[in-house]
Amino acid sequence: MAAKTRFKDADMQAVIGWVLRIGVIVSVSIVLIGGIVYLYRHGGEAPDHKHFITQPGFVQLGGIIQGIIDLHGRSIIQAGIILLIATPILRIIFSAISFALERDRLYVVISLLVLLIIFLSSMSGHIG
Amino acid sequence: MSVLIFTLIILVGSCFAGLVGSLTGLGGGFIIIPLLTIILRVDIHYAIGASLVSIIATSSGSAAAYVKEGITNMRLGMFLEIATTVGAVCGAMLAMFIPTHFLAVILGSILIFSALLSLRKKAQQIVEHKSALAEKLELNGSYPGADGIVNYSVSNVGGGFVVMLFAGLLSGLLGIGSGALKVLAMDSIMKVPFKVSTTTSNFMIGVTGAASAVVYLQRGYIDPAISMPVVIGVLAGAMAGSKILVNAKSSGWLRWFFVVVVLVLASQLIYNGIIGKI
Repeated sequence: MAAKTRFKDADMQAVIGWVLRIGVIVSVSIVLIGGIVYLYRHGGEAPDHKHFITQPGFVQLGGIIQGIIDLHGRSIIQAGIILLIATPILRIIFSAISFALERDRLYVVISLLVLLIIFLSSMSGHIG
Repeated sequence: MSVLIFTLIILVGSCFAGLVGSLTGLGGGFIIIPLLTIILRVDIHYAIGASLVSIIATSSGSAAAYVKEGITNMRLGMFLEIATTVGAVCGAMLAMFIPTHFLAVILGSILIFSALLSLRKKAQQIVEHKSALAEKLELNGSYPGADGIVNYSVSNVGGGFVVMLFAGLLSGLLGIGSGALKVLAMDSIMKVPFKVSTTTSNFMIGVTGAASAVVYLQRGYIDPAISMPVVIGVLAGAMAGSKILVNAKSSGWLRWFFVVVVLVLASQLIYNGIIGKI
């Protein structure tokens, strides 16, 4: 195999930097749009955040999608936040691919292990 | 107070938190939690959830820039993320059962400890002795320094791994990046050069934060109405802070001033926790 076509660390750094930047810009923009919609519709109401109440509408994916269709500001915000949380996870996936292209088997396994830990923790809750 | 005013107060406070967090190197999450809980009387679990989201935003944003410069040791980061994510998931699960006033006291104590730690003198160190485990894990690296490429080795991999487990635990429990502890682990224990340890720590914070954020998200502790102004504010503040750091050479007194601010906030948090007001 020709050495010049091999994927290098510098390429990986460029790709990962790009993934992180796009992820943050896109998700924060969605949060901002949702925030404007939310304040436009609910800006005058009284807030209550002293007591913890679970809001299934902002936890379950189906509820969030329905909320976006109904143009609920908070559902749009939540979609942006979920995308933001997904950004570092996406970074791990890209790292794993990059390590595979570099033929670094040890680090493919390590990346997948970190991914597995996060996946298991995301299965631990009520939504499943 | 209306939702609009409430949101604007959080936005301004988060902007301040992001600024202070980036100037002191403590991270924005640290300061936003006492602000939300003490001043706005928000339940500490909501505050932690919002803080986690803001940490992911700031660390991913700055990691994007650092990674391209080639200083971040991605293999070291990836390997230690095994420890921080396991710790983070345990910490986040634990937080669901710990009473809120107890969380406030722990957070206040860690805050004081980290603020004092941030004043520590930073000595650049290059170790070239070979550790067999570091070699096996391909952890030794190099970065572009002022006078060309600097090669360095990593020591005491096991010790660093254990401290990272603890850093992850605190991150999941309290919604902080625990960057100070991560840097300390790489700096003092693994003997990684300071430039590499700060950027690699920052690189790891996003993944650690995501591992605990998924737990908080499912329990409903990530509330869009609170997280929205926190994320936008902290990110804006952090970006302004990094601009100030680049431009101002005499940021020394500024650091001291903000460390005092952080100490006052932390003692408030501990006091309120002890008398049971949080």
